[in-house]
Amino acid sequence: MGRLMRFELTPRASIAPGMRALAPILAFVTSFLIAGIVIWLLGRSPIAAFDVYVIQPLSDPWSIQELLVKATPLALIAIGLSYCFRANLWNIGAEGQYVVGAVLASWLALRTHGTDAGAWVLPAMIVLGILGGMAWGLIPAFLKTRFGVNEILTSLMLVYVAQLLLDYLVRGPWRDPKGFNFPQSVTFDPSATLPTIAEASRVHYGAVFALVAVIVTALVVGRTLFGYRLKLTGDAPRAARFAGFSAKSTTLAVFAISGGLAGLAGISEVAGQIGQLQPSISPGYGFTAITVAFLGRLNPFGILVAALVVALTFIGGESAQILLKLPLDLTQAFQGILLLCVLSADALVSYRIRIVGRGGGK
Amino acid sequence: MTADVSSSRPLVELKGISKRYGDLLANDQIDLVIDRSEIHALLGENGAGKSTLVKILYGVIEPSAGEILWEGKPVTISSPVEARALGIGMVFQHFSLFDELTVAENIAVALSSDWSLARVRARLGDISRAYGLALEPDRAVWTLSAGERQRIEIVRCLLQNPRLLILDEPTSVLTPQEAEHLFVTLDKLAADGCSILYISHKLEEVRRLCRQATILRGGRVVGTLDPRAKSAREIAALMVGTEVGEVRSGLPHQPRGEMLEVRDLSMPAGGLHGQPLHSINLSARAGEVIGIAGVAGNGQSEFFAALSGERTASRPDSIRIAGKNCGTDGIDARRRLGAAFVPEERLGHAAAPTHRLSENTLISHATAEVSRSGFILLDAARRLAQSIVRGFDVRTPESDPQARKLSGGNLQKFVIGREIIRRPKLLVVDQPTWGVDAGAARLIRQALVDLASEGSAVVVISQDLDELFEIADRMAVIHQGHLSPLRNIGEWTKEAVGLEMLGEAQVHGASHAI
Repeated sequence: MGRLMRFELTPRASIAPGMRALAPILAFVTSFLIAGIVIWLLGRSPIAAFDVYVIQPLSDPWSIQELLVKATPLALIAIGLSYCFRANLWNIGAEGQYVVGAVLASWLALRTHGTDAGAWVLPAMIVLGILGGMAWGLIPAFLKTRFGVNEILTSLMLVYVAQLLLDYLVRGPWRDPKGFNFPQSVTFDPSATLPTIAEASRVHYGAVFALVAVIVTALVVGRTLFGYRLKLTGDAPRAARFAGFSAKSTTLAVFAISGGLAGLAGISEVAGQIGQLQPSISPGYGFTAITVAFLGRLNPFGILVAALVVALTFIGGESAQILLKLPLDLTQAFQGILLLCVLSADALVSYRIRIVGRGGGK
Repeated sequence: MTADVSSSRPLVELKGISKRYGDLLANDQIDLVIDRSEIHALLGENGAGKSTLVKILYGVIEPSAGEILWEGKPVTISSPVEARALGIGMVFQHFSLFDELTVAENIAVALSSDWSLARVRARLGDISRAYGLALEPDRAVWTLSAGERQRIEIVRCLLQNPRLLILDEPTSVLTPQEAEHLFVTLDKLAADGCSILYISHKLEEVRRLCRQATILRGGRVVGTLDPRAKSAREIAALMVGTEVGEVRSGLPHQPRGEMLEVRDLSMPAGGLHGQPLHSINLSARAGEVIGIAGVAGNGQSEFFAALSGERTASRPDSIRIAGKNCGTDGIDARRRLGAAFVPEERLGHAAAPTHRLSENTLISHATAEVSRSGFILLDAARRLAQSIVRGFDVRTPESDPQARKLSGGNLQKFVIGREIIRRPKLLVVDQPTWGVDAGAARLIRQALVDLASEGSAVVVISQDLDELFEIADRMAVIHQGHLSPLRNIGEWTKEAVGLEMLGEAQVHGASHAI
């Protein structure tokens, strides 16, 4: 042991007003600066990169629609995850719940393919999508409440099970017989397709679902006993038990909600955006949504904003790869830097860093 | 090992050690002498100042006054590192071990970096053989019993060749057989020249091991004696104080209906450090205050959890509240029967530290007036918090602050007020005035007595005997999960309570009968 220097966080006695609001802005500026330095070290102009990443997508109508399309699943999943994270439960498997929701709903689309089944197909698909994600989410919740299995591990591992299931289906039983052996299903009938909001637009009704989820969640979190139950379970689990809130039913409920919303995101994407089932139906929305949930500080409106910001980095990243030959991995790195900066800024608002000379001290 | 020129001097001598926390004098002018090869007992109730004294000696906290002489030379011990360098080792009551690591790895991480795993393994073998501390170096800790875990802690200390070994309530987690095994080891260590400071509140053990004992009460030394030469009665009297409390005469209230009946309640221990409950019987009538005395860790929190329904019993009829069987019901159902509860821990159990007082009312009022069909009535919650604050003289730094911003006494007034304002038929409180300033303590006790005189049954679990003698109408003592018979407060003497707390009552009674 001995003369080690270490850092300690001590709570601030009073928090300057306005700092809470200013913190995310400072965090954004800092993360842009860090990303700029990285791009400069890669031998590209940070200014050109900023233009490609941020200015161009926001000044082009097509890109703005694309932004909404990409933000939709992120917001839906992240809203669901915020229920879990508030209660200090760690659902890392939204990606799998998204896939299973999409698969279960697509089953109906494929069963009714070419049958003129009618207008009930799409609502039924949405219900199946929610139920599929819910069921997949309830597996880790059940294992946790029944056997005490860590939900982080099981929910994550079930992602791979879900992806392999999807892979098997589109390469095997559900492959389009006229698809030149491509691993994909037939294109869904119009009755099984989620319509776009406006003619000739790419934004589908999933965006409306996301908006509704945001508003309902804001109400649940702020105004209902269930919302308080989650907060209490997360902040003081013993007090939650003392209040008579069963930890088991809380766990089951939040996994059902987050799984259901991930499943809804899955079917909205497949039926609204892709139009068929294929091996890859997500560029990692389920994982990125974890970042989105925390970027938005688990606040429903914060999550909406965070989903748009992260969607922007997706689109900017794609064009930067094309225009500036910057690696696509940079996008993920940037999302990481952004999250780190926002969380650090939050911590620094409430805590002060103190350097302690040697072990112990006063 | 070192030269014996100074062998006439004691190994360690504490002179006039005091420690002050605000108004509280945790240690008051304590003198203590430990000789070489001596097993010295430090006896006292909870809150007597034992832990504070030992932490000062081990360098965890700094004394406000006094000096420490080590082999006659004054020393300052400002950290455990320095304590270890002097040759002081300590085994804490709660272990600090990594469950996933092996025995040898757990020992190596605590030692300086020049201890390789191979060297640890070799020395582990030597020490295990010499002192009968059987340990397999490659077993993972999570597979070990409490006794084996404690051996790791002891071996860790022994590897650093201590001259003084401090053990804090070492048998609290051991079976009687494991405890006897530990005593044999300690005897051998002492014979080899290591001094031992043995902290306990169990008289039997102290008599088995020690010829010298220092007894603390209220932060002061009240006696230094040979525990084998004095009777249990004398020692108990020293520990809890001989002066008779202000005993209230008889029962002023008309005995009314039974609000709480506990019948033959048994419950297994909840965890490693838990205490099982053994066929407890108790009844509390409307209009009376029942006191449950006992030294901490004898099953009080388990009993509280059983009464509140945070842990449910296996039989419905083992607990009846207001005449209804509810042993298998949860806390919500029991609240609906008219019961209210205040747990020992204020922050994190009774209240959520980062939530505002208005939100904290929801914890025990969720079924009542602050919510309607699942929605929170924010205004009603704020009004309720306000009336608790006003009614129970809760001093707040701002209106509707976070619970953690209140001082201990004020938060305690709030959580007790939150339950009393519901006018419960039965109130169960665990340590109502623990760590609370005198003014708040008086207000809380008054509120409990008032509630009883208005016709509720109040059960107070407390370590503060004076408090129980002041407010209780009937009292029982809990010891290792057993509850003594309930007697009118006038029939108890402090001495009798002390004997029950030490588990000596039956022994004593038997010798009387002969």
